[in-house]
Amino acid sequence: MSSFVLRGAVFADDSVADVLVADGRIVEIGNNLQGDEVIDCTGLRLLPGFVDLHTHLREPGFEASETVLTGSQSAALGGYTAVHAMANTNPVADNAAVVEMVRNLGARAGYVEVFPIGAVTKGLEGAQMAELGLMNQSQAQVKVFSDDGKCVSDALVMKRALEYVKSFDGVIAQHAQEPKLTDGSQMNDSELSAVLGLKGWPAVAEESIIARDVLLAEHTGARLHICHLSTAGSVEVIRWAKSRGINVTAEVTPHHLMLTEQLVSEYNPLYKVNPPLRKQSDVLALREALIDGTIDIIATDHAPHAAELKDCEFSAAAFGMVGLETAAAVAQNVLIESGRSNWQRFAEVMSHNPARIGRDENQGEAIAVGAVANLTLIDAEAVRTIAAQTASKSSNNPYQGLQLKGKVVHTIYRGQFTVRNSELQKVVSA
Amino acid sequence: MKHLLSTSELSREDAIHLLDLSDQMAEVNTREVKKLPTLRGKTVVNLFYEDSTRTKTSFELAAKRLSADLINFSAKGSSVSKGESLKDTALTLAAGGADAFVIRHSASGAAHTLANSGWINVAVVNAGDGTHEHPTQGLLDAMTMRRRIHGLGATAQRDLSGVSVLIVGDILHSRVARSNIHLLKLLGAKVTLVGPSTLMPHTELFEVDVNLDFDDALAANPDVVMMLRIQTERMSGNFFPSEREYVRNWGLTAERFARLKPKTLIMHPGPMIRGLEICSEAADSPQSTIVEQVANGISVRMAVLYSLISGERSLDV
Ligand SMILES: [Zn+2]
Ligand SMILES: [Zn+2]
Repeated sequence: MSSFVLRGAVFADDSVADVLVADGRIVEIGNNLQGDEVIDCTGLRLLPGFVDLHTHLREPGFEASETVLTGSQSAALGGYTAVHAMANTNPVADNAAVVEMVRNLGARAGYVEVFPIGAVTKGLEGAQMAELGLMNQSQAQVKVFSDDGKCVSDALVMKRALEYVKSFDGVIAQHAQEPKLTDGSQMNDSELSAVLGLKGWPAVAEESIIARDVLLAEHTGARLHICHLSTAGSVEVIRWAKSRGINVTAEVTPHHLMLTEQLVSEYNPLYKVNPPLRKQSDVLALREALIDGTIDIIATDHAPHAAELKDCEFSAAAFGMVGLETAAAVAQNVLIESGRSNWQRFAEVMSHNPARIGRDENQGEAIAVGAVANLTLIDAEAVRTIAAQTASKSSNNPYQGLQLKGKVVHTIYRGQFTVRNSELQKVVSA
Repeated sequence: MKHLLSTSELSREDAIHLLDLSDQMAEVNTREVKKLPTLRGKTVVNLFYEDSTRTKTSFELAAKRLSADLINFSAKGSSVSKGESLKDTALTLAAGGADAFVIRHSASGAAHTLANSGWINVAVVNAGDGTHEHPTQGLLDAMTMRRRIHGLGATAQRDLSGVSVLIVGDILHSRVARSNIHLLKLLGAKVTLVGPSTLMPHTELFEVDVNLDFDDALAANPDVVMMLRIQTERMSGNFFPSEREYVRNWGLTAERFARLKPKTLIMHPGPMIRGLEICSEAADSPQSTIVEQVANGISVRMAVLYSLISGERSLDV
């Protein structure tokens, strides 16, 4: 296999060096390195390949919206070298056969490493535990379990699942949504929902489940991860739990860091998402929590939907928005453009921490000699206008038409360019 | 004005204009030949996804009295029950050549979506969307108040400045309440919402008074008491414990009715449940406008259709 040098890239700590990659690994870091090819990376920020802990790839079952291949390509364009594929497919990823199939589809696509997430309960029905152990023991080696899209609302089921996955260092990723408090809910419960006549999704429906689950995590000693925090109150609960030493981690989506409920005013289903867009005060609390470490990671909750599922009346529309190709720009906005944080924190929330939560091997590692070359280079100064659709099969992109600062230039997965000069490359898959 | 989707989108000028025009239409409706040729050759599509004989009939009569052609589409027994989308239904019906769509739908915002999604280029009238708005009901209520308070023949250009209105009942689920709140405030009236706290939405953006105590609100001698329909299925949703408790606290009972000043108007959008939200003494009293509201509904809908699709601003009668 040939070697190449990334010349003059800027590391997260602002140091500048060359990186020599050969046989899929970083073999040397230094100055004036030579290889078969030298790629000028002057001014580009070199980061560990991004890891998304929350991606909906839709395959099997919803291939009109996304496939493992198109979702992987979208991820690569967004600077990702790994994604965790949510279990709410059809059939549901609640057994070894489905998770192995998704794992294999990911390997065949070859753009990112696809880690299947296993369902917590059979059919996501919240009642009978799925075969968590068998999924873990399968070739997919599942360590993250989630009924995402639905909440594991039964306290006993949640407690047992936490206890069970603890034995193999698994983690339950909870979609925190008390179902009865959100029956038929369409948007954030607020003064605005009252005027629009849309049924509200109150913050307490999220916060009460998180409060219960951090206590269950404390009780069981198991690892708990909370998906897509959306309210200031949720941040407070997580902060309290961490101060008690509870083993909990939390994610925030790019859209909850950028967008508010005001966008729903014209009933445009593009902005319909679950949990819903909240208020500016929530956005500010979430940004603060990402900066101060209360929130561990940014996860996209990339949720592609076919056009007809969004081209309809609001209450008939599907929840969700795509996000893989814009997440890094949002992270940059929150951490760097704000002047409040730095690229090391950026690398933590986009790569190191999600890989640590997922127990992903060879992902989210420090950029060091011997490490697998999963790398992303971004031009932090470039401003681009967001297209509705590129690699993803779906165009439910809430950022379309907006100008965002920061562009992924190269994505390198296992030493191979999946994206080069911001263009998808042909890859040799496993 | 291209569409009528919400009273919150009306300017004061538009609202007064529509009300003046409605009064002119009411005059036409008293004639022996209750028909104007003004919308001859125009087509109005009634697109009703919810059962509503009253509103649908009212729009039908309005369209016919203006000589428009009418297409009635109701979700029952149509392609909708086979799962056709709103978009495809609208495209199909618009293909036949339509000038206005009158839409009643269970989804809040459905009229907005129909008007603004770029599916069709036709005037849209919201005839009730979910728990959002019912703007022609708001207009007919304002028309009724103007005529009663200022007197027939003395309404032109007048607003409702200084008029105090109680809206009582299930505000949370009421599109009638929302349309009334925006319009009455636009016209200078003072609005107070009354009802159980479980049926009261967040009211910050409405900028109205809220009084959970009906008797306390009545003690301020309101000019208008508007009772809303209570759906008994709200009990199973635990919004209130029993009919008896509801009536005791928020029903317009004979005892409460007797305390009102004689000129206080009693309004109800219908259909009403006597003995629950309103007693017969009140419903059948001279202060009751319930029958007038129905008649005024036709005039308001004529005015709205005329304004949206005739291409003319004033009525030449
Ligand atoms: Zn979720
Ligand atoms: Zn999700």
